[in-house]
Amino acid sequence: MRRVVTDGWRLALAGSFGLCGLLATSAPAIAGAHATTITLYNGQHVQTTAALVRAFTRRTGIKVSVRSEDEGALVNEIEAEGSRSPADVVFTENSPALESLQNHGLLAHLPVAVRSASTGRFGSERGDWVGVTARVSVMVYNPALIRAGQLPRSVLALGTARYRHKLALAPGETDFQPIITAVAARDGTAKALAWLEGMKANAAGHLYPDNETVTNDVNRGLVALGIINQYYWYRLRAQIGARNMHSKIATFAPSDPGYVLDVSGAGVLAASRHRRAAERFVAFLLSRAGQRVIDRSDSFEYPLAKGVPAPAGEAPLASLRPDPISLAKLGDGRRAVQLLEQAGLL
Amino acid sequence: MSPRKIPPLLLALALAVCVVLAGPLVFLSIEAASARDVGALVFRAFTAELLWNTARLTVVAVAACVVLGTGAAFLVERTDLPLRRFFAVAFVVPLAIPDFVVAFGWSSLNGAISGFWGALLVMSVAVYPLVYLPVAASLRNGDPTEEEVARSLGYGALRTFARVTLAQARVAILGGALLCALVILAEYGAFEMLGYQTFTTEIFTELQVAFDLQGAAALSLVLVALSILLVAGELLSRGRRTAERTRAPRRPPQRLALGRLRPVAFLGASGLVAGAIGVPVATCGYWMAQSVSAPLAGSSLASATAQTAWYGLAAGALAVALALPVALLSVRHPGVLAVVLERSTYLVLAVPGLVVALALSTASLRYGGGFGYQSAPLMIFAYALLFFPLALVGVRTSLAQAPRRLEEVARSLGVHRFSVFCRVTLPLIAPGLAAGFCLVFLSVVTELTATLVLRPTGVETLSTQFWSYQQNLSYAQAAPFALVMVGLAALPSVALGRYFDRLARRHLTSGPAS
Repeated sequence: MRRVVTDGWRLALAGSFGLCGLLATSAPAIAGAHATTITLYNGQHVQTTAALVRAFTRRTGIKVSVRSEDEGALVNEIEAEGSRSPADVVFTENSPALESLQNHGLLAHLPVAVRSASTGRFGSERGDWVGVTARVSVMVYNPALIRAGQLPRSVLALGTARYRHKLALAPGETDFQPIITAVAARDGTAKALAWLEGMKANAAGHLYPDNETVTNDVNRGLVALGIINQYYWYRLRAQIGARNMHSKIATFAPSDPGYVLDVSGAGVLAASRHRRAAERFVAFLLSRAGQRVIDRSDSFEYPLAKGVPAPAGEAPLASLRPDPISLAKLGDGRRAVQLLEQAGLL
Repeated sequence: MSPRKIPPLLLALALAVCVVLAGPLVFLSIEAASARDVGALVFRAFTAELLWNTARLTVVAVAACVVLGTGAAFLVERTDLPLRRFFAVAFVVPLAIPDFVVAFGWSSLNGAISGFWGALLVMSVAVYPLVYLPVAASLRNGDPTEEEVARSLGYGALRTFARVTLAQARVAILGGALLCALVILAEYGAFEMLGYQTFTTEIFTELQVAFDLQGAAALSLVLVALSILLVAGELLSRGRRTAERTRAPRRPPQRLALGRLRPVAFLGASGLVAGAIGVPVATCGYWMAQSVSAPLAGSSLASATAQTAWYGLAAGALAVALALPVALLSVRHPGVLAVVLERSTYLVLAVPGLVVALALSTASLRYGGGFGYQSAPLMIFAYALLFFPLALVGVRTSLAQAPRRLEEVARSLGVHRFSVFCRVTLPLIAPGLAAGFCLVFLSVVTELTATLVLRPTGVETLSTQFWSYQQNLSYAQAAPFALVMVGLAALPSVALGRYFDRLARRHLTSGPAS
């Protein structure tokens, strides 16, 4: 009994000493931050952003503290933080997140010098954020389970009984919302809802949390096809090697609402106390150096700075024929979320 | 003996702790009440679907955990199972493996492991130690003479087990089952990976896609209501009969000879260990060996480990400190008030960590002027709140076994109450404090969703790093974080196993305490 007691005490003592030590070592690290540090709320791929931040700090000496999370969560946080937001820059995967922040008046207007680096139509019409990269929605399919000839020309066909038990869907992915918005804009909400309900039935048992899982499971032959953005497929190929790719990608017919160009972009927060430094970061994302980092990363997205080509092996941006819907029309995604809720997908 | 007066300071402290713990729940109620269209969100066909998914999984998985946990405890404590001492520790270690790592292991082993059956498999092997630990402890402390008497009266081994052993362990089984149910209600990462939708995964989607904290709060209250039912149910079915301790000195139980079943039992025990520890650890090892892309980020691994350990230490210490007054009140001054206070602290277990985290961060922005927002102290405080019930379990157990008579003797010698507490009570319950601390520590190490919200910007822990790599399908980079996480959390779980081991032997050698 004696031994048990003393051991318990020793443990508690050791614990409290350890605590004091850690407190002591972490204090100077906080006090010593003199150089300008900006805070980046990052919804883009963690590794690519880390590479961008390293290159930016090397060039400018400005440090960047990164908070990576799902873009939906980040928008939520910024809206809750309001004027107290510690964030200076927000970098998201899709335009609706930025449009939502812009509509709430949470983004600062960007100087023309920063905006002009990006290809004109891929940014905010009001000028509060810029497009940095683009991605396009495609089908991923497993030729062992479905022939290319059996693929639909329109995304609307995926709601019909022809594709029962063949479809994988990630309804919670923010990447999926622009397609819903595009369908609703062209065919109306009633038709969009019926289409979503049809897709839910077709994807029973294959409703996934994210597009990575959709891509992976189609590739492994667990389900015939899914809707993703093109880069998921390229990224999986880079991860597991071309010889392990048992799937292919294909686009819908030109101008189909399932064929949407999504823009990933960045903006400076209205609440930022380091606006100059924050603008420099956004400008860096669109600089030749910044776009080269993106191009060499495992993101596989289309760089949007003028005169920077598509990643090797992908169809050039100019050759794509997506639905001509504007980014302003794609909006903040509210309507898409409502439709998803009505269809019981959320 | 007349009921002792509750010392006012103790009552004030215990009340204060319970009020603090109820804080997030109160905040969520306010949020939910101010939400628009709560009715439309909560009362729709989809909610029924989610409720059905949640309920059937909880019921079946808890039943599986009870069978696995009780079976494992019986094998270790009452039979001649080979390698018993190894299994006594190995059965506890799964506590150290986050549920989402177990899910990751199984689903990358075979993609068909998903949905209801996948979730059932993963949760059963990941959560059963919560039944095993209390049942094993109660079997050790229980009196084997009853079983021997039963056998001498002609009961077979099976009937003795069913009528005597199970009856002795009933309270422990119920308590463990309650913990399992609460944990399953609040589980997120594993179900997300396995593509199984429950109430909690829907709450997460509501937050991440619809950006709707009020809606999420309303849905969380449904979970709280479910957990109130569970807690009350456990309390009622536990009944008034408390396990009376016989005064006779105890001795080791006569172990049941398994005979021809010995290899079968051994295989079963090994299978459980393989499923709960082997699969996830081996998968991580496999992915590390497969690493074709970027090299390991060594420095980020080291800093994430240090951060994680420091949060765990701080939160463990805080949770134990908070648990002390509540445990003292409920053990030393039992009564309606004590029971209500103590039980109310369990409700927080069923609220998803993410929701508690959002409640805290939103409250700090709205009412605190941003004080503590995204700071380490707030995160440590959140951990202490989230895992308070685990600290309480540890502190309570040892307090209940600390002889009160020693305290009374000291008091009668004129020593001041506070000084009695410091010089007599604390040393007696130190191992229990350490056990509570260990439970909280390992839970913090494996916590994910609250950490994502509350961590200071720029800080990554082992679990957030694992998650972000895993989300990007970078399994090779994710794996080392999982392995270090398991290693870090396994230290206290081994200590826990040994603690219960000693607790039992102490009783065997020194006899009943009071």
